[in-house]
Amino acid sequence: MSALFSLAPPQGGPGYSFNQTPTTAPSGERQHGFYPYADNGGSTLGISGADFTILAGDTRSTNGYSINTRYAPKLFKIGGEGPDNKGARIVLSVVGFAADGEALKERLDTIVKMYKYQHGKPMSVSACAQRLSHILYNKRFFPYYVHAILGGLDEEGKGALYSYDPVGSYEREQCRAAGAAASLIMPFLDNQVNFKNQYIPGSGTGHELKAREAQPLPQPHVEDLVRDAFTSAVERHIEVGDGLQMMIITAQGIQETFTPLKQD
Amino acid sequence: MNHLPQAWGRPRDEVYGAYDHSHFQNAGPNQHTQQPIVTGTSVIAAKFKDGVVIAADNLASYGSLARFTDVKRLRKFNSEVVVGFGGDVSDMQYLDRLLNSLDIRENYSSTDTPLNAKNLHTYLAKVMYKRRSDFNPLWNHLLIAGLDGESKPFLASADLLGTTFSAPTLATGFGAHLAQPILRRTLPDEASVANVNKEDAVKLIKECMKVLFYRDARSLDKYSIAIITKEGVELKENEKLENQSWAFAETIRGYGTQVN
Repeated sequence: MSALFSLAPPQGGPGYSFNQTPTTAPSGERQHGFYPYADNGGSTLGISGADFTILAGDTRSTNGYSINTRYAPKLFKIGGEGPDNKGARIVLSVVGFAADGEALKERLDTIVKMYKYQHGKPMSVSACAQRLSHILYNKRFFPYYVHAILGGLDEEGKGALYSYDPVGSYEREQCRAAGAAASLIMPFLDNQVNFKNQYIPGSGTGHELKAREAQPLPQPHVEDLVRDAFTSAVERHIEVGDGLQMMIITAQGIQETFTPLKQD
Repeated sequence: MNHLPQAWGRPRDEVYGAYDHSHFQNAGPNQHTQQPIVTGTSVIAAKFKDGVVIAADNLASYGSLARFTDVKRLRKFNSEVVVGFGGDVSDMQYLDRLLNSLDIRENYSSTDTPLNAKNLHTYLAKVMYKRRSDFNPLWNHLLIAGLDGESKPFLASADLLGTTFSAPTLATGFGAHLAQPILRRTLPDEASVANVNKEDAVKLIKECMKVLFYRDARSLDKYSIAIITKEGVELKENEKLENQSWAFAETIRGYGTQVN
């Protein structure tokens, strides 16, 4: 009997003399853990013009050296009506971890649809852009592992393009490339869209050389730039290829095109 | 008798010594799956013009030990959906129970259209993604085969990370390396699905099962195959590989038991 009273009295639980129950995990080296992210490769790019915005992405989905599928879109219409987003004016592109991209798209899409339901008017691109930043930042400590680009037309009808990092930092830009081949495409865009390192011939020597001023480009020219960027990226990056999906947002709505790319 | 009801009916400490509670870890941390234990290998599937063929062998391995040789890894959900499971077998059995309860709930509900393959894929993908986001993954790679809402062939995958994708042919595990290239020869794109009939698709899948048996050390010559069309699900769970030829084995040099 004395042994019984020598033990601490039961506390809260149904157990008796459970004071010997270990309350910490068995220590020692953890051999193998679970990593909740994957890199599904691929690349996206967006360019805004005077009265349009173009978003593009390849349709290959990879896992390591394996191709999951040759057709997995990275571009999504946001808002509009019903599951097909009829009448949508905003496009989201996501590249990185595809499952997070899908989850992010679904959350933003419902928010934009609920906004229209509650306010009786479609959400502006700038409001949608800030909301997307908040969604990403809310998961700051377990991020959506994606590089997002959001495109549409602003209140003045000008092309609007916003790019994000995985934790919600965002910025409005003229052009942005993201994903596996971003480092291959972005310098090309800097040169061809923002005319970086281009000077007016004969405007002087050395520091007197006048830089060529960037100006909004016509839509057919931008489409050509996008196709050139991707055909070149396909040559030099193994995770990019199979197909090029483009969405062109104008005052008339969203026009979607598909161009085959090399499958090797 | 003492005045602590918790002690009644228990072995007395002064007679038997203090009870060893170490096996009873309810105050310890929650334990999550860190690795699969008993596993199933590849699942392979291909679309054809009227439906989908899906196959998986009947083996559950315990590491390199062929532990259970009669495990059915294809699950018919209803007359238009079959799910194939690769990866951890206990997690497969959990998902099986989950699908059973979903099916019962659906049958009691007032909706008259049954869940199609597309619906089920969305559901399972969300289950998988939720579990990975809780850091408590279901260690499986699933193929969902059947018909979508418009009675067209549907084939998609969901894995332990919640990643989803769809293609005319799909294969999990070793099959992604060994079978997928063979399947893609016949079905390179969505347009080619219309040119393949049921017999061709079944033959193609059986050929791939043979290649997998030749080259995947954790595979078996006994397998399950299901054909999903508008007419329903034709599920055979005790198929045996036919026309095996190991003649090629003799020509392999450089490793094995031969002297030179």
